[in-house]
Amino acid sequence: MALSGDSFKAIEMRTLHHFHGGIHPPTHKSQSTGTGIATLPLPEKLVVPLHQHVGNCAVPEVRVGEHVLKGQRIGRPEGRQSSAVHAPTSGTVAAIDMQTVAHASGMPDLCVTLIPDGKDEWIAHAGVDYRNTSHTDLRHMLRDAGVVGLGGAVFPSDIKSYSRHHKITTLVINGAECEPYITCDDMLMRERPRDILRGAEVLRELLYADEVLIGIEDNKPEAIAAMRKALEQDGHQHMEVIAVPTLYPGGGAKQLILVLTGVEVAAGVRSTEKGVQCFNVATAWSVWRAIAHGEPLLSRIVTVTGNVEHAQNFEVLLGTPVQELVAYAGNKPDTGRYIMGGPMMGVDLPNSSVGVTKATNCIIAASPALFPPPQPALPCIRCTRCTDVCPAELQPQDLYWFAKSNNFGKAQEFSLFDCIECGACAYVCPSHIPLVHYYRYAKSEILVRDHDKRAADLARERHEFRQFRIEREKQEKAERLAQKERAAAEAKAKAVTELPTQVDPAADADDTQQLRIDAALARAKEQAAAASPRNTELLTPEQRSEVEAIEARRAKIHKIASDAGADDEPPKRN
Amino acid sequence: MITALWIMVALAALLGLILGYASIRFRVEGNPLAEKIDAVLPQTQCGQCGYPGCKPYAEAIAKGEADINLCPPGGEEGIHKLAELLGVEFKPFGENAQPKPKAVAFIDEETCIGCTLCIQACPVDAIVGAAKQMHTIIASECTGCELCVPPCPVDCISMLPLEEKLTNWKWRYPVTPLKLSK
Repeated sequence: MALSGDSFKAIEMRTLHHFHGGIHPPTHKSQSTGTGIATLPLPEKLVVPLHQHVGNCAVPEVRVGEHVLKGQRIGRPEGRQSSAVHAPTSGTVAAIDMQTVAHASGMPDLCVTLIPDGKDEWIAHAGVDYRNTSHTDLRHMLRDAGVVGLGGAVFPSDIKSYSRHHKITTLVINGAECEPYITCDDMLMRERPRDILRGAEVLRELLYADEVLIGIEDNKPEAIAAMRKALEQDGHQHMEVIAVPTLYPGGGAKQLILVLTGVEVAAGVRSTEKGVQCFNVATAWSVWRAIAHGEPLLSRIVTVTGNVEHAQNFEVLLGTPVQELVAYAGNKPDTGRYIMGGPMMGVDLPNSSVGVTKATNCIIAASPALFPPPQPALPCIRCTRCTDVCPAELQPQDLYWFAKSNNFGKAQEFSLFDCIECGACAYVCPSHIPLVHYYRYAKSEILVRDHDKRAADLARERHEFRQFRIEREKQEKAERLAQKERAAAEAKAKAVTELPTQVDPAADADDTQQLRIDAALARAKEQAAAASPRNTELLTPEQRSEVEAIEARRAKIHKIASDAGADDEPPKRN
Repeated sequence: MITALWIMVALAALLGLILGYASIRFRVEGNPLAEKIDAVLPQTQCGQCGYPGCKPYAEAIAKGEADINLCPPGGEEGIHKLAELLGVEFKPFGENAQPKPKAVAFIDEETCIGCTLCIQACPVDAIVGAAKQMHTIIASECTGCELCVPPCPVDCISMLPLEEKLTNWKWRYPVTPLKLSK
């Protein structure tokens, strides 16, 4: 390929960096790259989870029985960190309920079950020219289109495409795809490179990044060629496709950033603080579809491989049951379980009827022959092979020891949260210890404890404030009372000084008070005499006679009562 | 000889003054040990320990008046933490102080008559309501202390154990098969 002088110089000048460790597992990628991306026929039903992203679960916006169009929003994003969910095709909402989802826990989550009507009828949608649209509007479009990181982390892209406090120098587009078996990004780059680069351009614009580096592992020459060709074709500026050495886990965001830019990102630090942001190629593609065409994220490319007749990539509607997908690829009868993701970091699916989500990049049908059950774990011999391969430069054998003995404080001290769970340590472990499982266990325990600690701190604060408030209310009440008493005393004093004008000025305070009481009593008596029972007026003669009869009875009872009272017996009431 | 004595006396007086000033100037507010203990306690403010809240219990432990095994919401782990902090032996729970699964209060809003008695009982202000208005629990703030349950005149408050959901799911401790010896 002829290179122009400038780009040749740029490639010459770039020096790649290395991350620590890494492994070379068999890639098994060629099995699924033989044929292009195929489309699956519309499935019988779609089970679309409303929580397919990091953050708050989307709130259902449709009702059971409602007819929805393709691309219609069925889940509204809730809160700052959330994303929308859409109907992948037109059809009728059959149920909104808790169903088992594609998650390691095998627990149910809120899902919308959609029965497609077969028409695949789009809702009205239109894209915008990103150059003439404000960045805020663009980010709103991404959020409303449900665009999240498709590399597996499913973090809302609208949040990632915003950096107010830090200048972004480099935008990394991740096409490394280092994990064995997975080829969905490879095929996407081969078949749709132009839209990926356009999406990258939008993201560069949103982040005001100086340059875009697209990192692709050198075991994907077709993808690299296709991307380079598209780059020249569309004349993208400040953009470069870089082949990086094939080394697992070179596709981890932190590892790729290190290889391309030399910037190391520690746990708890965002890469934006170091001036770098990273998006997956499929995310960039979805960004372009959402912005330029107004198409929300309805489907994704999924590699179906392993124990199937035709390992291949499919463009799959979100919510498609995994069993339909593998059946279409020619599932073999001895498939025992299904792995979502790759063999290194993937998780076993609870069953084959769960729906494909935004995080599903690969489904591996696993047979006992292909993936034999793990060998029994032996004691750790502290050979430190895991240390040699750890890309995060941790001490996996120590972390294992701490996690195993529930010594979580120590595990945190040894930077457990820098672990990216790549599984390189477990891959080389001669004792077959499920190391990553131990780290995941320790991490989730620590997170729960942190949560409990925060809850306890909040409870303490609320309790202390409550006590403070009760004390304050008591004081305020006492103050009010004191004020009232003061006011009353003042009023009295005022009355005392005023009264002597009416009465004998020589009389002392006690006398004036007595006089006032007498006057008040006289007034009350007068009023009582003036008032007459209201409800005895305007009565008919019958009512009047009835009242009189009652009065007579009452007088009689009074008489009996007073007689009985003489014998010290209380009168009986009836 | 006498000069040396005078020097020693003067030195002692000076140092005494410095110490005295330092003890006033750098006085520690509150009891630092009690605060450390309070940080370990779960802050349910339930009073199951016999003290009116976590802080009074922490103060009692710091003074050596209370045992470390009186806090069921803290669980056995809490006792371990207290034992470690105080350098004493672990002590199991007594018979009438067994930990229960975590729960939050729930008000049956159909039955609630709006008497506000539970609101007055709640130590963390986690109940919203007004006189003759329906009350409700703010579940995220509820510590599960159960103090609102006895005052309710219509028994409309129940304790719902916290269920495991996708959001609070945890990876289990790995169980690996042992190798069989032949």
